[in-house]
Amino acid sequence: MKKLLLVFIITGFTPLLFGQYPDGKDILRKIDDNMISENRYYESSMIIHGRRTSLTFKLKTWTAGDTKSFTEYLFPVREKGTKMLKLDDQLWIYSPSADRIIQIAGHMLRQSVMGSDLSYEDLMEDSKLSEQYNAKVSGEEVVDGRKCWIVDLTAFVPEIAYHRKKLWVDQERNIPLQEELFAKSGTLLKRTRLSEIRRINERWYPGKILFKDMLKDGQGTELVIDEIRFNIEVPDHIFSKASLKK
Amino acid sequence: MIKFLFSGLIRDKHRSLIPFLVTATGVMLTVVFHAWMTGVLGNSIEFNARFSTGHVKIMTRAYAENMSQTPNDLAILGTDTLMNVLPQLFPEMLFAERIYFGGIVDIPDKNGETRAQGPAMGIGIDLLSENSPEIERLNLASSLKNGQLPVNKNEVLLSNKFAEKLELSPGDTLTLVSTTMYGEFTLHNFTLAGTVEFGNTALDRGTVIADLRDLREALNMDAAAGEILGFLKTGTYDVVQTTAVTNRFNARFLVEEDEFSLVMKNLPELNNMGFLVEYSDKIKGILVAVFIFAMSLILWNAGLLGGLRRYGEFGMRLAIGEEKSHVYLTMIIESSIIGFFGSLAGTATGLAIALYLQNQGLDLGFMMKNASIMMPSVFRAQITPATWYIGFIPGVISAQIGTMLAGMGIYKRQTSQLFKELEA
Repeated sequence: MKKLLLVFIITGFTPLLFGQYPDGKDILRKIDDNMISENRYYESSMIIHGRRTSLTFKLKTWTAGDTKSFTEYLFPVREKGTKMLKLDDQLWIYSPSADRIIQIAGHMLRQSVMGSDLSYEDLMEDSKLSEQYNAKVSGEEVVDGRKCWIVDLTAFVPEIAYHRKKLWVDQERNIPLQEELFAKSGTLLKRTRLSEIRRINERWYPGKILFKDMLKDGQGTELVIDEIRFNIEVPDHIFSKASLKK
Repeated sequence: MIKFLFSGLIRDKHRSLIPFLVTATGVMLTVVFHAWMTGVLGNSIEFNARFSTGHVKIMTRAYAENMSQTPNDLAILGTDTLMNVLPQLFPEMLFAERIYFGGIVDIPDKNGETRAQGPAMGIGIDLLSENSPEIERLNLASSLKNGQLPVNKNEVLLSNKFAEKLELSPGDTLTLVSTTMYGEFTLHNFTLAGTVEFGNTALDRGTVIADLRDLREALNMDAAAGEILGFLKTGTYDVVQTTAVTNRFNARFLVEEDEFSLVMKNLPELNNMGFLVEYSDKIKGILVAVFIFAMSLILWNAGLLGGLRRYGEFGMRLAIGEEKSHVYLTMIIESSIIGFFGSLAGTATGLAIALYLQNQGLDLGFMMKNASIMMPSVFRAQITPATWYIGFIPGVISAQIGTMLAGMGIYKRQTSQLFKELEA
């Protein structure tokens, strides 16, 4: 019993005594270096597990930096040809059935994308964490068999979807394995789980992300990355309103 | 004797005019008050029933739990089959499928880019079927302000203020931005057929009324509907009948373990209507009773005053040998005559005012801006069979009771004192 107590005291207080917790900001920078790229192209499947049915969408996306993104829906047939364009903080959607381009703005950005657990705001938020949040490591925990730092993030920029975040960051691979996203009031809004982590070039990237909107019924939304390529040539004309109707 | 007393009343205005006016005024106020209360409470219940709740409403259990959010992802499936079965099971009811939805109405400019946008609440009803009862039920023809009712596919109605705000005219194109039953983002083009005004603040702010079939296409709701409303064929809500229907339906369709099993809700269980339904008769009864009681007190008072004024006359009549009971009886007969004609005049005047309020109504929209239940902004009185007698009977009776109470003093007068009183 005494030995157990000793082990507990040593393991529990060692980081505090010896200052072994790394700087939170350093962890954020490492995450940014790992996750953010100049540009990327990926094909993915979005599986929405609703209360009644599950619905699968297939889409391909091009992004350039953290300001430009273009997505085209490939499946199901009803959605085929629907396109979304993000330029800075503006978002447009094109629907082939109505042959209209609609700008999504204001409170509509908080609405769900295709009934998923993701909002348009989530889709648009691709900025570097280190440029939006202050961070502090508050402990460590094992997630999916990997040792993780628990990092508490508080936003220092005013207009942001989630004022506070809690990340469980893989200590070796610098990728969050779990996230909890909070409103300014402290309400837990969303929980995400990143899995099937794989090495792509010099990066560690998730093969699957499970998003769960905590204010919504259902089993959450899975985003499965079928194919991803980093730092490729992306023609600039893709990120224009003209390409929405093509 | 009645003829003699009647002549006396006509010739001596002091004896009849004030009681007549008091009775007539009291009866008139009772009649107007009853018709107004019946109208206001009935209008509110029927307005809610027609636009939102039905006399009963069928939903899935899961939908019913989140009814205020109109969650079409939890809508009823296979409504085509259900709509064939329901009339056979409940022949006393008429059923109507409805889809309630929210979204944005987006107006394109000549290049197809967004010119204007506004948040909208929509109702999908059977607009295009020949002789659809929904058009009459929602009073669409007489609510039409501009244009015409939809006759073609993808034609919609918009509330007039909303159309004005978006600078839309009949024939213009508008795009509904919404989500389908499966949560997909959807854009659907409609043509504005006409604009409507219901006289309800919430409905007139931003309502789209579209045909059920077009909405099913737009919202990917094939053979589905958010709600099925049931209306009694009599056209008026009846709690006894609807409770029986609800119990029969739920016994047959409701499965507690299945969140998508069908459940029927009775009107009082919907939109905070319970209070209005449960207490409408009671409130009406209490208010009318209080009113009648107050009127009786006034008439009693009038009788007392009349008795005092005629104190000398009664003394003289008793002194010359008239029986106390005869004096008392003549007083009651006189008051009956006054009560009868006063009540008749009061009922006639009250009915005339109630008829005016029934036809013209009163616009109280400024008081309804934050109402939690759906209320019409123009309230109207409603004349029912009870309105014809609700004032008349208490008018006659209370005039008599007033006189009977006031006239009891006659029996307390001592014959020996009468001459002294007369001398004085």
